Amino acid sequence: MVEKEEVQRVAQLALLEIEPEQMDKFSRQFNEILEYMEEINELDLSQCEAAFHITELKNVFREDKVEPSYNRDVILKNAPDSEDGAFRVPKVIER
Amino acid sequence: MEYEAVIGLEVHIQLLTKTKIFCGCSTDFGAPPNTHVCPVCMGMPGVLPVLNKKVVEYAIKLGLALNCRINKFSRFARKNYFYPDLPKGYQISQYELPILEGGAVEIFINGGYKKIALERIHMEEDAGKTVHKPDGSYVDFNRAGVPLLEIVSKPVMHSPEEAGEYLKSLRRIVRYLGICDGNMEEGSLRCDANVSVRIKGEDKLGTKTELKNMNSFKHVEKALEYEIERQIDVLKEGGKVIQQTRLWDEKSGITKPMRSKEESFEYRYFPDPDLVPLIIDDKWIDDVRKTLPELPKEKLERFIEEYGIKPEDARVLVEERELAEYFERAAKESKEPQSVANWILSELLGYLNRDGKEIKDTLIKPEQIGKLVELVEKGIISGKIAKTVFKEMYNSGDDPEKIVKEKGLIQITDRGEIEKLVEEVLESNPKAVEQYKAGKKNTIGFFVGQIMKKTKGKANPKIVNELLVKKLEEK
Ligand SMILES: [Zn+2]
Repeated sequence: MVEKEEVQRVAQLALLEIEPEQMDKFSRQFNEILEYMEEINELDLSQCEAAFHITELKNVFREDKVEPSYNRDVILKNAPDSEDGAFRVPKVIER
Repeated sequence: MEYEAVIGLEVHIQLLTKTKIFCGCSTDFGAPPNTHVCPVCMGMPGVLPVLNKKVVEYAIKLGLALNCRINKFSRFARKNYFYPDLPKGYQISQYELPILEGGAVEIFINGGYKKIALERIHMEEDAGKTVHKPDGSYVDFNRAGVPLLEIVSKPVMHSPEEAGEYLKSLRRIVRYLGICDGNMEEGSLRCDANVSVRIKGEDKLGTKTELKNMNSFKHVEKALEYEIERQIDVLKEGGKVIQQTRLWDEKSGITKPMRSKEESFEYRYFPDPDLVPLIIDDKWIDDVRKTLPELPKEKLERFIEEYGIKPEDARVLVEERELAEYFERAAKESKEPQSVANWILSELLGYLNRDGKEIKDTLIKPEQIGKLVELVEKGIISGKIAKTVFKEMYNSGDDPEKIVKEKGLIQITDRGEIEKLVEEVLESNPKAVEQYKAGKKNTIGFFVGQIMKKTKGKANPKIVNELLVKKLEEK
């Protein structure tokens, strides 16, 4: 069971605000998802290695060769705010 | 009660690749903001990062130089957090299965060698750069995606000096390998420190703080000194050290707790599904091994052994690979490697320091230093004149032989000629001769000076002295 505190914590890490009246709904939905995933545990997977990738690909590289970057105006087009070629964001304190 | 500090360092080095770690954007420093960016390093939906092979090669290089275990199988992970300089909302890094584990950085301290054990070294991408202005924070993503290696030491250092030596040694090695320029002021080598104190003899580690914002070797040592003292004071007063991140403030010379939200970071690492596993086979490792240069410590030992120069001089010479190679080329031109070392260390470095230049900037070719030393050794010029010649070489880059010939600086070693000069000087200074005869032996300095004046310093001082004494005694 996922407790409300945990839902709150997940929301915080994702920088989401959850209204108090939405809490019950989210907790219920979280639990439904987790219960559904629990079904996997009914299978015997002791002989299976964890699959981190669905393809068998390994060692995909690029050579260290410079390719043209994007036009800055195009890159900045989607930004809500920009100035002097930089993205401008609300003031943040040092991490 | 005696306390002991325990220090572990986390060093980030920016790799000298031409392009970023997962895209073809240039890593050149100093471009206008956001001109070296593309959908991959900006984290736009639907793009795929592809690993720069050179980054792996450089990591293997460092692994070989520091005797790390090179993991045959390694993978990338996402480190999740929000900050404006991180376009994707996560940083691609390595978590479990980093490319390198173990190994050590050897340092020279208190006249001996000591190995500082490493925990791990992993590959990751750099974040962008934020400039804080009154009307907001300005973000430039040119640096986002520049390849980094993070080198994590075990908590095995016990003094700021040890930490400083560790950093210097590590910097020297990455510069020899040519994988990082090691410039702390410009941020291509960055250092965070974990530090705690405990009562000496105890095994359990004390509560640590993490120190950030130290932009030079000097500041790393100063920050550690301050923080160790601060923690000891807290404990002595019966208090407890709080686990926190503290920023070094170089103006006030103290560390301050960082003003951040109360939340502790939880990075929720998970394997990056966009990047496939990395397999490194023995052949690849062997191929990289063949490209390894001679490392500083090996070079140091060889210089002492092969050229018979003083260990303390050899230590300075191997500090920079370019300087070491310069010395070696010069030494091969001469039979007196120690003299060559002296000229480079005192005269050449003296001039270069004065002018704020580096060894690669000098007009003097190393072979010319060797030739200069030979001119002195063969008695063609005196040591004093050699300094004049050196100055000329430094300014013009001309061959010492050419300067000596053109300026007529060849030493006078002809005994007959010097004898004549000695007689002249004695005859024209009868008073001084009397003083000498009366027992004032140091009058000889005056005569030497007179002869040097007449010959513009070119007379062989040994012969001058010898003949002076002989003539004076005869009188
Ligand atoms: Zn890019």
